[in-house]
Amino acid sequence: MALEAAQLVAGLRATFVSGKTKSYEWRVSQLKAVVKLADEREKDIIGALRSDLNKPEFESYVHEISGVKKSCKLALKELQQWMTPEKAKTSSTTFPSSAEIVSEPLGVILVISTWNYPFLLSLDPIVGAISAGNTVVLKPSEITPATSSMLSKLIHEYMDSSAVKVVEGAVPETTALLEQKWDKIFYTGSCKVGRIILAAAAKHLTPVILELGGKCPVVVDENVNLEVAARRIIAGKWCSNNGQTCVAPDYAITTKAFASKLIDALISELEKFFGKEPLKSQDLSRIVNSNHFNRLEKLMNDEKVSDKIVHGGQRDETNLKIAPTILFDVPEDSLIMNEEIFGPLLPIITVNKIEDSINVINAREKPLAAYLFTDEKRLEEEFIGSVSAGGMSINETTLQVTVNSLPFGGVGESGMGSYHGKFSFDAFSHKKAVLRRSFAGDAATRYPPYTPEKLRLIKALLDGNALGIFRALFGRL
Amino acid sequence: MEEIVARVGKNLAELRQNFRSGRTRGLEWRKTQLRAILKLVAENEDEIFEALNRDLGKHPAEAYRDETSSSNYITESSCLGLLSSFLPRFMAEAATVVLVGKLPLLLFPAKAEVLPEPLGVVLIFASWNFPISLALDPLIGAISAGNTVVVKPSELAPACSSFLARIVPLYLDNKAIKVVEGGSDVAEKLLEQKWDKIFFTGSARVGRIIMSAAAKHLTPVTLELGGKCPIILDSLSGSDLKVAVKRISGGKWGACAGQACIGIDYVLVQQKLAPVLVELLKKCIKTFYGENVKNLNSICRIVNKNHFERVCNLLEDPGVAASIVYGGSFDKQNLLIEPTILLDPPLDADIMTEEIFGPVLPIITLNEVEESIEFINARPKPLAIYVFTKNKTFKEKVLQETSSGSVIFNDTMIQFICDGLPFGGVGQSGFGRYHGKYSFDTFSHEKAILKRSFFLELEPRYPPWNGFKLEFIRLAYNFDYIRLLLLLLGLRRRYTSRIVI
Repeated sequence: MALEAAQLVAGLRATFVSGKTKSYEWRVSQLKAVVKLADEREKDIIGALRSDLNKPEFESYVHEISGVKKSCKLALKELQQWMTPEKAKTSSTTFPSSAEIVSEPLGVILVISTWNYPFLLSLDPIVGAISAGNTVVLKPSEITPATSSMLSKLIHEYMDSSAVKVVEGAVPETTALLEQKWDKIFYTGSCKVGRIILAAAAKHLTPVILELGGKCPVVVDENVNLEVAARRIIAGKWCSNNGQTCVAPDYAITTKAFASKLIDALISELEKFFGKEPLKSQDLSRIVNSNHFNRLEKLMNDEKVSDKIVHGGQRDETNLKIAPTILFDVPEDSLIMNEEIFGPLLPIITVNKIEDSINVINAREKPLAAYLFTDEKRLEEEFIGSVSAGGMSINETTLQVTVNSLPFGGVGESGMGSYHGKFSFDAFSHKKAVLRRSFAGDAATRYPPYTPEKLRLIKALLDGNALGIFRALFGRL
Repeated sequence: MEEIVARVGKNLAELRQNFRSGRTRGLEWRKTQLRAILKLVAENEDEIFEALNRDLGKHPAEAYRDETSSSNYITESSCLGLLSSFLPRFMAEAATVVLVGKLPLLLFPAKAEVLPEPLGVVLIFASWNFPISLALDPLIGAISAGNTVVVKPSELAPACSSFLARIVPLYLDNKAIKVVEGGSDVAEKLLEQKWDKIFFTGSARVGRIIMSAAAKHLTPVTLELGGKCPIILDSLSGSDLKVAVKRISGGKWGACAGQACIGIDYVLVQQKLAPVLVELLKKCIKTFYGENVKNLNSICRIVNKNHFERVCNLLEDPGVAASIVYGGSFDKQNLLIEPTILLDPPLDADIMTEEIFGPVLPIITLNEVEESIEFINARPKPLAIYVFTKNKTFKEKVLQETSSGSVIFNDTMIQFICDGLPFGGVGQSGFGRYHGKYSFDTFSHEKAILKRSFFLELEPRYPPWNGFKLEFIRLAYNFDYIRLLLLLLGLRRRYTSRIVI
């Protein structure tokens, strides 16, 4: 397996060295191929996602397929501009000179994808890597096998297989891949595995992007328009792979006084969305596998919280379904408040004044996202200024990741690096600094032997002293 | 050892507490600290020169150019000068305000922005070759971004290290900025802690250790490493060649005697030009530094016995020794090695496979200068490539076909003071960058923010899903507003009707 991985990388390196992937035409052809793939095989993609996750067609289209197409179309539109060197400012001390920053591909990239948005989170990073001119290996998640094998087939069919490869498999295959030397590794997944990836990358000094997760809080201020707030929270939580989303609201914080109103609003809207028997709704993803199902059950059965369930709790083990579930006033030391839930359980905790929620959030690790619903400008500013998270939305959930001009990435335990839009191009590029000088204007001041006089002139030059510079430029040779 | 652990732990807890208190976030605090650094350097210049002379035999002119003024320069024109305009804008509202036009109309009204915020508690490892500037420059970046900082100077430059440990608390806010001295035992203890960022300047070997330690805490790192930075010397006219040779000599031996990450490691030149090059280099060396290892001036010594022996060992390889065309003598007592030129040493000798980091300059000859590209590409990506040429086509070729942290045409070392350019490596020469605004960015987290109002709710966003809603979203996401309008007009289905696809 190690040998195979080594040969794989060697082959891709040879392709890269040939210069094929650097050309604008090649990159455009690959981006167009991805659009074609997403267009022509929409049914297959939706089918695979239904099979792996029972993902509703709406989600598959809106979150995954259209997400990928959007990335490609943006790249196709702006690539020429992204590839153009950027002029940089020079100063009097390097006069005469000109400076620019040239974007160049890193080489051979490894993308390790995950299971909750298996199509999007495989292709989106690939789109970034190829728009930057690299060769790529994709390792899709084995937890979503239908999508994994579909990706392997379609990428081979539509894209340049001398430059873009898919390696299916589980831990042994991933380990073999991680032993190789890559020019960059892009990983989406858990903190635990993120550490393993980073440690493996350290051996080769490979830079890494880690898109991890965390407990993303949603703070609901009193007296907001509850109907709208509730819907947006529901959309972010249960209409996003049934809570199995890195930026889904993990838990909610509101005031003691407002909590029951919030709960009522959520329950009311949940029924409108999923009906009286949510386990029968076609619009809810299932839990990806029995491991995760059991994990979530354990969170619900924890004796500290089992009597705190105020809505939902229904489960269907055969079909791996769990209904939208709300828990109220769970203790801070319960299991559910100490690990990323990644499922359809929403604990609501309360504070006396809404401002206290900021301390509650800051006492924990920095999450990938934080959300606030409020009409108060002051609270909004305080929240934005004091809470550190990968990204934030005010009066909304999850949509910040759909804006291509915003970087998508974490901080602290929620990850490092970012992508989307031009950030993807930058993520997979090396920004090479280029300084051009001429042979004119060479002053002896620069060179030893250093005399007190020269030292004086050097000082004047470096301090930007106009007279000194004049003297230095036309110095005594 | 326990004392070190306790001290480190206590420092860190204090810094974290002080960061949480918001002490370092205000514009005024940051400006005050940056001005204090300027003052620190200006008022203690003589002491700094003295320490650099003790640690490295560095001449005040070199010290001024590379260490104290570079801090001045970077502080004044990049940080302080720009602080009055940039930082308030960066900090107060948003660094980048995104036009609503770029958001799908679906989200209207909405505002998207990117807000830079400090990471928290930052650890900076400084190297020994530019022990003042490689401590202060990253510190400036960390402060301007609003972090609390621990600086660990290199124990291989002990006079500078103890200078920093003594002087920094007198000028800077001791509750937010600390200097921790010590060797690898202290570094190890520091690395066991959780930091919000680690900034390291040094060798690739230690870079790996740092990154592995950082992995345990998912700490992001910037690694400023090194490599074998080559010069490609094309054929030039007489006067241009003289200038080129001066710049090469000044760059090689005039920057810590070759002990610099962007220092020139070796030269690639066409065979027929080699003799002239060697002669001109010899002349330059004699003029700049003197003729005799006992009478060298204006050149640093080797930092310590270990490194001195390391460089001498490189020259002991018989193939290498045979290739010496100038220099080769050394003064063991004073840790001085004479500027030395090699002509075509064996390519598999250590001197051509390891970073030299010393005053020895191998010249490698080629049939054609274009072969230099292949030569460079067969080796790890260096921190810098220096190209002396007037040939436009060749310049483009080098740019397109090689990869390095940076490329400089017709000069050496000078990218270091060009603040508009990011300073950092790629591949084995490192990752991450700093200088100018890049320093601010390197120590910041760019937080994405989307703001919406409660108006204008979009029904098609919510389940139960049906064909109409799907079509609506499909058109809206494609910015296809005309078809969307037709959909809305032509099909007046409400969302409650369930149409199964």
